[in-house]
Order: sequence, then structure tokens, then C-alpha cells
Amino acid sequence: MNAIEITNLTKNYKGFKLDNLSLTLPSGCIMGVIGENGAGKSTTIRSILGMVKPDGGDIKIMGKKMNADLKNDIGVVLDEVGLPAIANVNDVNKIMKKFFKNWDEKQFYSYMDRFSLPRDKKFGDFSKGMKMKLGIAVALSHKAKLLILDEPTSGLDPLVRDEIIDILNDFTRDDDHSILISSHIVSDLEKICDYIAFIHNGKLMLCEEKDILLEKFRFINVTEQQLSELDQSAIRGKKVGKFGVEAIAEAEKIPSGFSSVPVTIEDLFVFMAKEEK
Amino acid sequence: MNIFIDNRSGAPIYDQIYNQIKDMIICGSLAANEPLPSIRTLAKDLRISVVTTKRAYDELEREGYIYTLPAKGCFVAAQNTEMLKEHNLKLIEEHMNEIRKLAALCKLSKEDIIDMFDIIDELE
Repeated sequence: MNAIEITNLTKNYKGFKLDNLSLTLPSGCIMGVIGENGAGKSTTIRSILGMVKPDGGDIKIMGKKMNADLKNDIGVVLDEVGLPAIANVNDVNKIMKKFFKNWDEKQFYSYMDRFSLPRDKKFGDFSKGMKMKLGIAVALSHKAKLLILDEPTSGLDPLVRDEIIDILNDFTRDDDHSILISSHIVSDLEKICDYIAFIHNGKLMLCEEKDILLEKFRFINVTEQQLSELDQSAIRGKKVGKFGVEAIAEAEKIPSGFSSVPVTIEDLFVFMAKEEK
Repeated sequence: MNIFIDNRSGAPIYDQIYNQIKDMIICGSLAANEPLPSIRTLAKDLRISVVTTKRAYDELEREGYIYTLPAKGCFVAAQNTEMLKEHNLKLIEEHMNEIRKLAALCKLSKEDIIDMFDIIDELE
């Protein structure tokens, strides 16, 4: 079964259009959605969650249309964790107990211990990292099967980011747990993701198994002369510098004799997005 | 069982897993019928993608190093000497290809190479 199935999602805003976006997240997998600020990541996520009404297209979550019951099965973390500033950890527990059918108090407090979050401090006085950890703990404490996170690691220090990735990794030990995570920092996500989607200017540039992406493209360092001799359809992006050209090309179209190195997901995105402009 | 993933080596991660498990099976440190960690457990313990790990296991299964029992998991396949021989033959072939390329680069004939081999063989 698919955890998320989006077909032809369209949403028009003044000056921005989410254009015919389709993607599928198979159950048990982690998908990283990558795009620059304003590319359409959050609009996509908000449409999945029913917070934005799409102008067209169809979204299915675990085979069903979004409904109130389904909300129990989805853990959500948005870039700003929305909890009352005067609430402490114990208050949050009480609020969530009323809100979620399957609220697991024991689980919640075990996350509080794991994250060393103080019980009596007010949410408003939490640091950004602590707020995010509390948000993730809430998302993980009501027996959700699908986790949807919008920029959960932005603005956090490397230590906290690493901790969060550890938790996400642990969450997917269960093979019907899936994660959709958006980010503009990809390096920390790259390893654990099974699928990668690039969104740019409201369009889905690609959605592919991560390993296939990393294999399909290579970095080459060439002169402009050499570049012009290459099959132009193979070039997916280039940076022309004073001393040579850095380019990303389809691996199988690079003639033998050209030395090439592996790409990272981040390189790939930056080069492709620039080429589109 | 130890598996090390090197992010800087440039070799694809599934390839690194495939090679390390294969080597353990060939050298006998993983015995026949020994269970392997499940795909998901291995992926999560190595903090890598499940799809990546599955690919390494699929490759190992295709090459006959492991077998899968439905709902039980993956196990080390009994390696017969025939297969190890086959494996080594393949390696020799690869090395020979390498030799052929190098020889062509410095314009050595087939006879030159055979002579070189004879000399090395005698010295041994």
C-alpha cells in the first residue's frame, strides 16, 4: 500500500502556482522533499494535511481521502511548533490526551527523558531546538503510522539535527511506518531517505529512488571546449568558472576517458535548479 | 558481523554492503545457513535507506550467496567449491582484462605477456 498518493495536485496563488504535482510514497519508506524557499514544499504538505484547499488533483493517505479519523494516524511537525507559550510539558500532555484517541502518555514522557526536556519550564521559554524536539515527541506519541515533517531541522545545531535523524530512523524500524520530510538542508537527510523529490518553482522536477539518482548522474570537470563536444542532452547543469567548467551529466552519456566523480543530492539539486532558471 | 560504510569512498553504499557480506561468506566467517539481519534492521542500524539495503541483498541472492525463506528472512547459502572456483575464475578474467589494457597502452604483444608470466611462474 502507498502511504501517500498525490495525483495532479494544483493550487493557484497570486504569483505562484503549484503545477500538476504527482508523487507517491510507498509504505515503509522515507521520502525527502527538497526545494528552495518558496518552491512549493509547504503548499504541498499543507494540501496533504487538508490545511490548504487544492484547486485540482487528488490526494490519498494510506488509501483514503483525508478525514478526521485519519488525523490520529498522522504525526505532523511544521516548521513552527504551535503550542501555547504558557504550557509546560505536563500541560502539553494533558492537552494532547484530549486531542488524540491513541495518546500514549508513557511514550511521551520517555521522549521527554530522552530529550532531557524540563517538565516545569514553559514552552515559550524553550530554545528553538527544544521546541522542535517537543513537537516531534508529540507527533510520535499517538501511535501515528505516517510522519509528515516540514523543515524540522532548519535552524538547529548539528547535534540536535543528528538526534532528530536518529529518532526518525528508529521510527521507521516498523515496516508500516512512513515519513515524508521536507527540507532545504539535504546533507543530513540524504543517508536515510529511500526516495528524493525535487520541487522547484511549483513543479516537481524529479522523484526517484535515491540510489538511482546517485548512480545516474556524475560530476565532470572539463574545459568549455570539451563541454561543447559532449552530447548536450546529457548535461543537466553547469557552472562556468574562469579556469574551467563544472558540470553534472548523465553517467551513461559521458564518453569513456572523461574523469568523473560521484554527485551528492545537494549538488544535483543546486545544479538542476539553476539550469531551470 | 561488522559492516563499515564509508561515505567518502565514492563507492555506492549498496555495493559496499554487498562486497563486505560476500567477502565474509567466501572466507567462511559467515557459515552456511546462518541467518542474516533483516533488511530493515540492517538499514536502520547502519542509518541508511531500506531500498539501498534491499538492493545489496537482492544482488547477493541473485549471485547465490544468500537465500530467502518467506516470513523467516535471509540466510547464508551453502557455498560449494564449484562456486568459489567460478568466483575466482571471474576475478582472474577481470585481472587479465586489466593486463590486456595495460599491455596495449605500452604496446606489448601477447607473446611478451606470456613470457612475463613464464618468468614469474619460474621464480615462484
